[in-house]
Amino acid sequence: MMSNLRHLTRNIGIPRLIIFAFIAGLLILAAVTGLQVKDLLSDSLVRIGMNGILVLSLVPAIQGGLGMNFGLPLGVICGLLGSVTAVELNLRGWAGFSAAIGFSIPIAIVAGLVYARLLEQVKGQEMMVGTYIGFSSVAGMCIAWLLLPFKSPSMIWAVGGEGLRTTISLGDHYGKLLNEFLKFPLGGITIPTGLLLFFLFCCALWYMFSRTRTGMALRTAGSNELYAVSSGIDVRHMRSLSVVLSTVLAAIGIVVYSQSYGFIQLYMGPLLMAFPAIAAILLGGASVQKASVSNVILGTILFQTMLTIALPVTSSVIEGDISEVARVIISNGLILYALTRPTGGN
Amino acid sequence: MAEPLLRMRDIKKQFYGNYVLKGVNLDVYPGEIHALLGENGAGKSTLMNVLFGMPVIKETGGFEGTILWDGQPMSITSPRQAVDLGIGMVHQEFMLLPGFTVAENIKLGREPLRDTLLTRWLGTRLSRVDQDKMRTDARAALDRLEVSLDEWAPVAGMPVGYKQFVEIAREIDKTNVRLLVLDEPTAVLTESEAELLLQAMQRLAAKGISILFITHRLDEVKAVANRITVLRDGEVAGLLDAEKASLVEMAQLMVGRKIEAADLPPRTKPLSGEDMLTINNLEVDMPGERVNGLNLTIKRGEILGIGGLAGHGKIGIANGIMGLYSAQGSVYLNKDKMPLGNSLWALRHGLAFVSEDRRGVGLLLDEPISINIILTAMQAQGKFLRHLPGNIQMRNDREIEKFAREMISALDIRCTGPHQLARRLSGGNQQKVCIARAMALEPDLLFVSEPTRGIDVGAKRLVLDQLVKINREQGVTVVITSSELAELRQVADRVAIIYGGKLAGILPPTASDAEFGLLMAGKGKEAVGL
Repeated sequence: MMSNLRHLTRNIGIPRLIIFAFIAGLLILAAVTGLQVKDLLSDSLVRIGMNGILVLSLVPAIQGGLGMNFGLPLGVICGLLGSVTAVELNLRGWAGFSAAIGFSIPIAIVAGLVYARLLEQVKGQEMMVGTYIGFSSVAGMCIAWLLLPFKSPSMIWAVGGEGLRTTISLGDHYGKLLNEFLKFPLGGITIPTGLLLFFLFCCALWYMFSRTRTGMALRTAGSNELYAVSSGIDVRHMRSLSVVLSTVLAAIGIVVYSQSYGFIQLYMGPLLMAFPAIAAILLGGASVQKASVSNVILGTILFQTMLTIALPVTSSVIEGDISEVARVIISNGLILYALTRPTGGN
Repeated sequence: MAEPLLRMRDIKKQFYGNYVLKGVNLDVYPGEIHALLGENGAGKSTLMNVLFGMPVIKETGGFEGTILWDGQPMSITSPRQAVDLGIGMVHQEFMLLPGFTVAENIKLGREPLRDTLLTRWLGTRLSRVDQDKMRTDARAALDRLEVSLDEWAPVAGMPVGYKQFVEIAREIDKTNVRLLVLDEPTAVLTESEAELLLQAMQRLAAKGISILFITHRLDEVKAVANRITVLRDGEVAGLLDAEKASLVEMAQLMVGRKIEAADLPPRTKPLSGEDMLTINNLEVDMPGERVNGLNLTIKRGEILGIGGLAGHGKIGIANGIMGLYSAQGSVYLNKDKMPLGNSLWALRHGLAFVSEDRRGVGLLLDEPISINIILTAMQAQGKFLRHLPGNIQMRNDREIEKFAREMISALDIRCTGPHQLARRLSGGNQQKVCIARAMALEPDLLFVSEPTRGIDVGAKRLVLDQLVKINREQGVTVVITSSELAELRQVADRVAIIYGGKLAGILPPTASDAEFGLLMAGKGKEAVGL
């Protein structure tokens, strides 16, 4: 029994146990201060499902040896392009959601291939260059959103304007589609079944892929390039595959995120998308070199729950809103901490 | 004769209980060129580290014995002190700043200074470099070497021979230099450059500077040295007078080692003598182990040993053929011309390679043993896969586990099971995993580089036995590249010696020490009439 417990402790890792304890403490504090703990937990579940795929999208790049995909906004932009196209065509419900994903994927593949070629030129500095690619693609798209010939009145600026709005409501298209699908209450907590299932489905898909011949080649190329070359693996090809997969997953991730949020956020919206995702996966025990699906699930649960609960609890305890500041400190502090220890956690 | 300038008496040095110097004596007289000969690992560098008071010696527990400098007992505790005493060292790798001129490199760190307005208040850090004096000093040093090298030319782009001269000029510019240590100075030079260098050495010696000359090239030793100390396994194998010593004698002292009588299992059928791999004019661009026009034929079913001194390219051969470093030339496998630089082709045509870089190329340290063993076979040959509809190829865990267990018991890999991470294994067991990885490919021709490097004595024996077993039982042709000649002579049918990136000769394992020694030092048989 003792040894089992110790084994479990070692597998989960001390940092994660501390966070668990912290969240438990927050929950107790929330109950004491009279907040609705059940609502907080329901919100947490939604946020987990909403952000999970964005976190998962980091895994291909890490396994392919490119480190954290700071260029995540690029994938997000592809997803947004797919989404606005689906809205433009006035597709609703499941058709709208599938179309958004369906349009996003080819765009993400093309963008991913270009991104991969760029990263190949700067081998060894992917993370830094990725950050700038993410930032500059967001800036570039700020112009594009204004110029692209979308006509749907629900998306363009009101009163005869041109160009897309900063925030586009998905309410009557496919907003909250997954959240509402098969949702049920469980002891006062609402379970967003569709949303969580979709996240887990993507995780399972990735897990299956990582066990295929190609998936294993990708991981080998990332963990030891020389071993890969000596095994006849085309390392360049695998690196570009990992970038493309990362970009595609980020695109799907933002479609899921937007439907859950109910709005598409354009312009500067995607700018900082990479940071919370990276903080979450690091919290889950991943490192710059190693990441798995379990890191994604655990990290998303911990990070999102912490944020959802910490926000109202701190504001009710301190009677002032420092939660946003705390969020920035925690997420960026985590990234900084993890990046300075390249060997990573457990 | 005068008093020796340097006298090293009974120098012993151990690393963690393992003696690498076992009581070495060395005398160098003023104006003498003294050659220090020995194979890789004979203890030459350690002895020089002791002489220079390198920190590595102190950090590992110091040394035993005494050093007399000019007749005075001296404890040299830092390289700085060695320099102050007048010992200069020219390293094998150049330590020059390419963007600087010859003069600037020669005077680096010792620039003549001239006061400026600011010097009075802010000290010499703001002094100006006296360019004229720097040039004249540099010119003087170069003149002592009698080389016509422009002191204002930048070092970048200079032929290596010239760079070598700049290094030496830097040492002799130190006004007090009395002993110059040259560590394999001719290794990177062309023959004519080496010739110039040797002449310069003789001129310096004539001016009273002693020279300690470390080299592998026997003819150079014969040409310039006065006396020769031969080191072997941390002991002085002989002190020779260069004029009387013969090349054969030197070679014998250098290599001489008792060969253990090895009981090799017999072959069930004799070798066919058929050519398997024909290598013509192979050039491999592997840094530090360049292959430069090699011709070699590997025969079906044999164990071929490839030996030679470090840096002469023996390691580059297998790396080039297996496509890990870029290579030119023509290589025929049976009758097929191999595309060079294509690992996949090699792996699919029955070639396998156990790399000398075990932790770098050989293993995925953070993956389990089983994955390490099967991954190459899976990727290159499509083994250990389950085929699902839609052309999806999933890994077949049951087969993987079964094969890993077979290999663990066949090779006697000591581990907790196929799921243990490769990182957690000892060096010997990691090497066995690398061999298992090659076996999973079911090769016809197996290249193994430095199979026993860095593993303990017991494991060495096991690894070699395993290679012999693979050869005898499965008929795999094995090519073993090793720095340890003795082990090649134990297991190989033929031993090829590589010198300067080319084949120096092929000998039967029973050939004499002198023959091996001469080939390793670049002297063909014809040179000494053996």
